[in-house]
Amino acid sequence: MERSLSHIALFAALIAVLGFVPQIMLPFGVPITAQSLGIMLCGTVLGAKRGALAVILFLLLVAIGLPLLSGGRGGLGVFASPTAGFLIGFPVAAFVAGIVTEKAPMAVGWAAGLGAFLGGVITLYAFGIPGLALMLDKSLPEAALMISAFLPGDLIKVALAGLVTHSLARMRPGVLLSRS
Amino acid sequence: MLTLTSPVETPLHRWPAGLKLALLCIATVLLFRLTTPLPLAAIALALAALHLALGRALAMTALRQLRPLGPFLALLALWHGITGEIAQGTTIALRLITAVACANLVTMTTRLSDMLATLDRLTAPLARAGLPTRRLTLALALALRFIPVLSDRIDTIRAAWSARSPRRPGWRILIPAALAALDEADHVAESLRARGGAG
Repeated sequence: MERSLSHIALFAALIAVLGFVPQIMLPFGVPITAQSLGIMLCGTVLGAKRGALAVILFLLLVAIGLPLLSGGRGGLGVFASPTAGFLIGFPVAAFVAGIVTEKAPMAVGWAAGLGAFLGGVITLYAFGIPGLALMLDKSLPEAALMISAFLPGDLIKVALAGLVTHSLARMRPGVLLSRS
Repeated sequence: MLTLTSPVETPLHRWPAGLKLALLCIATVLLFRLTTPLPLAAIALALAALHLALGRALAMTALRQLRPLGPFLALLALWHGITGEIAQGTTIALRLITAVACANLVTMTTRLSDMLATLDRLTAPLARAGLPTRRLTLALALALRFIPVLSDRIDTIRAAWSARSPRRPGWRILIPAALAALDEADHVAESLRARGGAG
């Protein structure tokens, strides 16, 4: 019980801190924020239930007025902005990433990568695109077109989520709550 | 930890947080009902006047907080400039600005303690239904406390990296950062158990 609670709280804090880390520049000039990678890691490391709860806790901190989203954004306004769909999709994305990491019958790194893709890309976009379409009054294909520029960066994050989860499991066996 | 609450005291700070949140819900629903630019422009002007009446500093902060909308407004301008649906584009842009500004205004004029008290009141029925809302409060407090701790830890990790390598740490920093969070979580769990559990 205490272990679940402290992991949820610490990973909520980790997502917040990853928002302060300067954007990571990839070799070919694509900037990626570490924060959405943190959402994927919540699922792949903590598992479905704890991962989703950690993300919800983080969003609660943002909603009550802390500027924790990357770029120092926060407060209630972000939930009325065009990207609100992505915020609502965050906990579900972590949940899906977690459940795939828990259940996929393959090595942990690959399972985490698959989970990060199904959760952090497919599920997240399934929330983000309708949100964007609603806020900007566009059709779903039009909204999908608008965010297609982010797809390459997100795919890189998927690979990184798999790599990081794999490294954690190798360095400290038993540390992954998603696989214990 | 800095919050987004405005340090300049305004009359709105004294309104109950619950009332402000309820008004915000109503205002947002109404804003999304409006489909022509004129009423929305009037509301935007009224909002701007309200901000200015609350003080210049607060108005400037509010303006700065709207900056993340910039790329979307540029996109809308481009899109509707090409399709020629100017009125529709203006409506969407004004709705976006007013809805976000209203929500930011509530955040700016409500202290963190008032927000937390309102959250407690809203979750009180859940506590009566037997759900462990005390744990939510504890988790919120823990997360808040450990944001600066983990932030310092990551700075240390970056410094250690820079001492050994001329290159920037990049994504590799994520592994020790996640390990730090996991280790810290285990320590906290032990301390909580030693102090009688999470309730």
